[in-house]
Amino acid sequence: MRPLFKGRDSTPASAPDAEKREGSHPLFLLLNLRTLALIVAALTLALPLPSLAKAARTESQTSPEVLLNRAFEDIARQRFAAALGNIEALIRARPDFRLAHLIKGDLLLAKVHPLATVGNAPRGPAERIVDLREEAVARLRAYREPPASDHVPRYLLQMLPEQKYAIVVDTGRSRLYLFQNNAGQPHYVGDYYISSGKRGALKAREGDQKTPIGVYHVTSSLPRKKLSDFYGNGAFPINYPNEWDRRHGRKGHGIWLHGTPSDTYSRPPRASDGCVVLSNPDLDALAKHLQIGLTPVIISEGVEWLSIDEWNTERKSFQQALDSWRTDWESRDADRYLNHYSPSFAANGQDRDAWGRHKRQVNAGKNWVKVGLTNLSLFRTPGKEEVVVVTFDQDYRSNNLSNVMKKRQYWLREGGRWRIIYEGAA
Amino acid sequence: MRVALRLLALIFGLAFTAFSHAQSDDLQDISRLLKQGQHVQALERVNQYLATKPRDAQGRFLKGLILAEQNKVPDAIDVFSKLSQDYPELPEPYNNLAVLHAAQGQYEKARQSLEMSIRTHPSYATAYENLGDVYTKLASQAYDKALQLDSTNSAAQTKLSLVREMISGTNRPVRSATRTEPAKAPEPAKPAVVAAAQKAGPAAAPSAPEPKAPAQAAAEARSAAVPETKAAAKAPEKTASSDEILKAVRAWAHAWSKKDLTTYLAFYAREFKTPNGEPRAEWEKARRQRISAPKRIEVEVDGFRVGANDGRSATISFRQHYRSDSLKVDSNKTLVMVHTDGKWLIQQERVGN
Repeated sequence: MRPLFKGRDSTPASAPDAEKREGSHPLFLLLNLRTLALIVAALTLALPLPSLAKAARTESQTSPEVLLNRAFEDIARQRFAAALGNIEALIRARPDFRLAHLIKGDLLLAKVHPLATVGNAPRGPAERIVDLREEAVARLRAYREPPASDHVPRYLLQMLPEQKYAIVVDTGRSRLYLFQNNAGQPHYVGDYYISSGKRGALKAREGDQKTPIGVYHVTSSLPRKKLSDFYGNGAFPINYPNEWDRRHGRKGHGIWLHGTPSDTYSRPPRASDGCVVLSNPDLDALAKHLQIGLTPVIISEGVEWLSIDEWNTERKSFQQALDSWRTDWESRDADRYLNHYSPSFAANGQDRDAWGRHKRQVNAGKNWVKVGLTNLSLFRTPGKEEVVVVTFDQDYRSNNLSNVMKKRQYWLREGGRWRIIYEGAA
Repeated sequence: MRVALRLLALIFGLAFTAFSHAQSDDLQDISRLLKQGQHVQALERVNQYLATKPRDAQGRFLKGLILAEQNKVPDAIDVFSKLSQDYPELPEPYNNLAVLHAAQGQYEKARQSLEMSIRTHPSYATAYENLGDVYTKLASQAYDKALQLDSTNSAAQTKLSLVREMISGTNRPVRSATRTEPAKAPEPAKPAVVAAAQKAGPAAAPSAPEPKAPAQAAAEARSAAVPETKAAAKAPEKTASSDEILKAVRAWAHAWSKKDLTTYLAFYAREFKTPNGEPRAEWEKARRQRISAPKRIEVEVDGFRVGANDGRSATISFRQHYRSDSLKVDSNKTLVMVHTDGKWLIQQERVGN
């Protein structure tokens, strides 16, 4: 080595005290990035980080969301180089994941000057930045606030034995949860980011760009080749409007679960015309578990979670109400039987009074009645009204008539007791 | 893509006085040729020089600069790349390599080179400044992908500094009367390029500190509100105060150079915004330490541009050439000055413009 250059390495002592550009002092860089960490924390109301094991749960370790969450965790723990590494790995795997590019931009820009928010793009449509910011918040919340592992959605009171899985959607959190039917008890399998209606939830009219709230099921499967690229890897229509929607005069059609266009990994939380949209890999993962005509899809604005004990209590209490209806029917005491029907009951064009007269008449001709209920499913509907959708195979026998039918009832809890407000063939 | 090169002060020769006379003469001649824009001759001479001393770092460094000036970017990259391999402890070749990568739009490579430059020399301010620009550019590309914008349209120009000399360590020559061209203004062509880059569209904007725009807008709004006759009458007063501002900045730099802490600190207004929002006393203490530490400090200022100036507050940008026994930094600086008790005082100080 030439002596000329020896001096360079021998001056380290002077370097830290040296006059330098304050704005780019390494400590200052760290300060900027700390601000980013604070922002990320603030986005989720500074909630504690869950253990990675719990957050990742059953997802594969390299899914885009796992990588994104690792980057968020790195940011929150102020490991910025690792965060950038994870984001870059994510972008290599999913170059069409726009939120990942946005976070990358922030991680780079935070090295230059302090950031006040997530998504600091200097140009471009403001609403797209807002969309991505909302996606970041939704994904972060899902990561930071996973449902407690011993809790289940209130809605899945009882699944049919042949319903292997059930879907519960939370439009408020932009999340879809998949549960397995474990001998009648829902068992968490996984959860996925979703987009829903541009104008929110509780669809009421054709073209209102809202996602319906209620208890539905998958009615068919539309393969990719029958669809335009917009719907991605496939679509699964659901039975909106159901009996309950029609009773409330809700209109519209064509509510599907579907994928994303081939150049788009995910869409903003509020993006669809009412459909529930998943990333294509997530849709593919979900599709494996769907049974056409069978798999329940329960859509809520915010899932209510119950502990297993609370869930058992609710379930038993409802089963008792249902069984009391069945035995009162068998008793042939018309008053006791009709007491299970709400004053607001209506079905097949009959109101409560017409229905009551008809039933009393029928009852008068009976010497004996036996009612058997099998293949029972109980799904509580999301929302303020306490409504349970009951479906069963009814084996009715009497001295002058016997029949077997599939029946659906809607029960409403009013004045502290469960009463039927709709009943009909399923 | 064009890259405007933020020129460092061209104090050629000074860095080379540690050479033997023959070397020094050769290299001084070559750098003079380069400075005069005689690139062909400069290249010829440096090739001759390197024929006898093929591993000579200063010669190869000069050759890289000449090639860069000639816009032979791949050749220049080759020179700096090999130089950084042979002398991995030198930050300057990495820095220049980065500038050239950036010129080709290869910001990821530029970032890696700059990070190497900083790794070899953690207090290397030019590399930090360049790295800041590269991060900004990379961030902008990432944002464009996030928002599905066409990056090619932004045609962002990045202002990166090509380092013009290598600092030779502790045994730097003491500046003396032989220094004939202190803070010589860059060649006429250059400021235009720099100015163009500074004016350059939206992509240049994000790197500009935020407070400037509102301050300027407010000042403009204020001056717009003044009736026309008054504005005309005010014009001479405005120029006069601009001279005062320049005088104040020079005096500030002078106090700094003399390490006259009392005078230096008196240039900061009571309402001075400390860079990181730290308490004034804490900031002053840090300044005292930093300014006291080096044996010698020399601060020169030139290239003034007075921005918003309403007679009460003004924004002034300039080039700041800082030399101490341990460090040498050339940077753009912007001061927000306020007129207080008949004096112009600094209300805000920031790097960049």
